[in-house]
Amino acid sequence: MTLDPAYLDYPLRKAGMDHDHYRWSNLFERPPIAWPSGQGVAVAVVINLEWFPIIPEDKPFRAPGHMVTPYPDYRHYTAREYGSRVGFYRMLDALMRVRARASVAVNAAIATRYPQVIADIVAAGHEIVAHSTDMNGTIASGLPEADERALIAASIDTLERVSGSRPRGWMSIARSQSFNTPRLLAEAGLSYMCDWVNDELPYRFATGAGDLVNVPINHELSDRQIVTVQQNSADSYVQQMQDAHVLLAGEAKRFGGRMLPLNITPYVMGLPYRIDAFERLLAHLAEQPGTAFHTTGEIAGALG
Amino acid sequence: MREGEKDPGLYDFRPYRDRPPLAWPGGKSVAVWVSPNIEFYELDPPANPHRKSWPKPHPDVVGYGHRDYGNRVGHWRMADAMSKHGFPGSVSLSVAMCQHLPEVVADANDRGWEFFSHGIYNTRYSYGMDEAQERALIEDSIRTVREATGQVIKGWLAPALTHTPRTLDLIAEYGLRYTCDLYHDDQPGEVHVKSGRLISMPYSLEVNDHYGFFVYNMSPREYADTLIRQYQRLADEGERSGAGTVMCIPLHAYLIGQPHRIGPFEEVLKHIAADGRAWITRSGDIADHYMQQVPA
Repeated sequence: MTLDPAYLDYPLRKAGMDHDHYRWSNLFERPPIAWPSGQGVAVAVVINLEWFPIIPEDKPFRAPGHMVTPYPDYRHYTAREYGSRVGFYRMLDALMRVRARASVAVNAAIATRYPQVIADIVAAGHEIVAHSTDMNGTIASGLPEADERALIAASIDTLERVSGSRPRGWMSIARSQSFNTPRLLAEAGLSYMCDWVNDELPYRFATGAGDLVNVPINHELSDRQIVTVQQNSADSYVQQMQDAHVLLAGEAKRFGGRMLPLNITPYVMGLPYRIDAFERLLAHLAEQPGTAFHTTGEIAGALG
Repeated sequence: MREGEKDPGLYDFRPYRDRPPLAWPGGKSVAVWVSPNIEFYELDPPANPHRKSWPKPHPDVVGYGHRDYGNRVGHWRMADAMSKHGFPGSVSLSVAMCQHLPEVVADANDRGWEFFSHGIYNTRYSYGMDEAQERALIEDSIRTVREATGQVIKGWLAPALTHTPRTLDLIAEYGLRYTCDLYHDDQPGEVHVKSGRLISMPYSLEVNDHYGFFVYNMSPREYADTLIRQYQRLADEGERSGAGTVMCIPLHAYLIGQPHRIGPFEEVLKHIAADGRAWITRSGDIADHYMQQVPA
């Protein structure tokens, strides 16, 4: 047995990263960042508001949370719809109670199908982040560039038409990109994306068509990861976020602004037996000194 | 190993009962070593015919970004917690880190940590290598770590745990003293190799942070509790029998350095440091001490 000799060639084995998107940087050696509130910890609530067609297309892949059973999969189609009709409104109410503004990563299909939801988001002062077309709008290498460009444009144009303003930020489904995605997002006029989870602060990301800001919305802290994948309870999720807050608040005193992303899903955290725990978390965070709620757009803007 | 046989013939069977005494320095009951994996994963690595590098088509943005987080964020939190409580690291190193991110390697070296090889990249596997290729991998590892840190590596943890039937014989021939790839015991022991002397160093998949979080789906506090239970039991047994045990805590900065995990983990270090029965040390020191005390 032998391997192709090229397998032991390492053409990119040199100082720095193995790509040109960003330079390596130690989080603890950067100039301190300041949030618009002047507080040390920015809590970024990011809600994924998604519509799953009952016919999955799997091009290039099936989104997490998508249909499972043979057609027609009523149980998953309706359970996801529950999130948009019921769970999301529980979340809107919870945010209102603590006067928090959040970012909502919205499929364009939500805007065309349920314009009332968009009106309610806008009225509450939350930010809309473009989150593809619908849950068949996944991106990965293999998706033709023209199709990806059209998907991004359709998402942004629709959300602009229904909400009245053009989204500045983007979040891919499952944070999945092709090699073209950052450049196409920049060409579409977006200013930031939320897909790369390699950091805890916003940073500049070169695309070949100008820089974007990447606002890392840590998937490890999401309800999808902690509750759906790792199957921890909502109470445990709250404990974990509170532990994270203690750590970040301590660091903020020494190193400048820190960011706690709360990436939540209406059909997961918006269920009756979980939402109380989330409300408790919001109330706890709202009471903490040196802590403020910020949208992802505000966080991206703080990079200056 | 005995290639192609049902029993690979890696070691002799030695039941845990009635082991001869094994004394750790200072009369300690359990040797505790912390093993941060400092790794570089490539965004677009070439394909190995026997194993895919990433579950998704390249770029696997979440997989890559998650690992990269370890070198930008997690390492510094993890390393500071370890230094604060007096725990050196024994690093399982993707040696290409010496070229890509020498700042991280230098930080570990400055803290007095030991390095052993974990391959060139964690996205390049040994499966399918011929002998010359595997020798090139081992020689590259030895040379790269020596040039970057001045250290001569004593140990091996196969890149992404990918082996060939000749790996253990080869690393022994190159003078390495221990392998972290065998999981059959809570004490070091002899490994059968063609030349030289090689021992198995108790590592652990069971209490590896990756297993804790993604195989057993533990919360950070549950994982911390697991480590404390593992420690208590091994310390109790070593104390009772006089046959010192080994506990390894294998870590990944991209997992343990997360903001919801590092606090509970620090409680574990505090607990072990305060207990008084632990020889808090490095894998190479355990190997040296063992090989001196126990004849081959």
